[in-house]
Amino acid sequence: MARPATVKHEAHKGHAEKQKLRGVHGGAPHSAHEIDRIIHERLRLGIISALAANESLTFNELKHLVKTTDGNLSVHARKLEDAGYISCAKSFEGRTPKTEYRLTSSGRRALERYLDHMEALISRMRKS
Amino acid sequence: MIRSHMPALRQPHEPPALHDRAMDNLRFIRETMERASAFTAVPGWGQVAIGLSALAATYVAAHQATPKAWLGVWLAEAIISLLIAGWLMDRKARKLNAALFSGTGRKVVFSLSPPMVVGALLTVVLFRAGMVQVIPGMWLLLYGTGVVTGGMFSVSIVPVMGICFMLFGAAGLFVPNLSGNWLMALGFGGLHIIFGTIIARRYGG
Repeated sequence: MARPATVKHEAHKGHAEKQKLRGVHGGAPHSAHEIDRIIHERLRLGIISALAANESLTFNELKHLVKTTDGNLSVHARKLEDAGYISCAKSFEGRTPKTEYRLTSSGRRALERYLDHMEALISRMRKS
Repeated sequence: MIRSHMPALRQPHEPPALHDRAMDNLRFIRETMERASAFTAVPGWGQVAIGLSALAATYVAAHQATPKAWLGVWLAEAIISLLIAGWLMDRKARKLNAALFSGTGRKVVFSLSPPMVVGALLTVVLFRAGMVQVIPGMWLLLYGTGVVTGGMFSVSIVPVMGICFMLFGAAGLFVPNLSGNWLMALGFGGLHIIFGTIIARRYGG
């Protein structure tokens, strides 16, 4: 009797935790009205936009383009990677490590959704 | 990182600031994409290919008997280079979503074409006046001008390449007894190959 209840409780707790995490780290929008927090952050929006214009970009190119530090870029790129919006491939060019980022198809769709969202906001404002 | 705040979108009446912010976001995306595409708007390996074709053209042109035939070879080379550049830019535009980043390509074309047109007109004038020997210097000078202005929207190495072309051009016009064929080989051939390789290696594409 007690066992299933605990499991249920655990599951519930896990879900609540996830919800909270969504608030903190951003997450895919639950509904069409909600903004995609993963993309909405400026630096991450920059990363996605830069990758949308290129097949792939190296870590240094991206850092130069979005004008940020190594640490900042890796943190935010990691978030986008975790969300499945970009992919990251590590290789060696001679002895120097090379990190290459690409936009995934779900990342491209997310950017399109975000653009639609912004356009909808603007057109709604024009109408009123 | 400071997270930018956006009021919940379900609010019945959005403040004008939200609308402004949406506009600002769209502008930011477009600018970032344009800046990012400028990185490889000038395809490095394409420039190497153009440089190699210029070396071949120099060889053929140097073996022509008349100035008219010499000019003909270089006109053909100009068309070949434009085709290579145009084909590569088109290929790139197809690969990417062209609608959002058309700005960069347009800027490059608009800043490159006026000096090219001037070069074409002056070629006719100088050829008629029998001053074929100053034509290579003039070409290099004007091409360099176009690369400097067009390269303002790209990575900083591109304007540097333009300045090198201008220096070669100036040398062609003011240094006496400089061989036009050598200038063309070193300028349109050498500079394209050297800078094209640097751009391709450092910036990709």
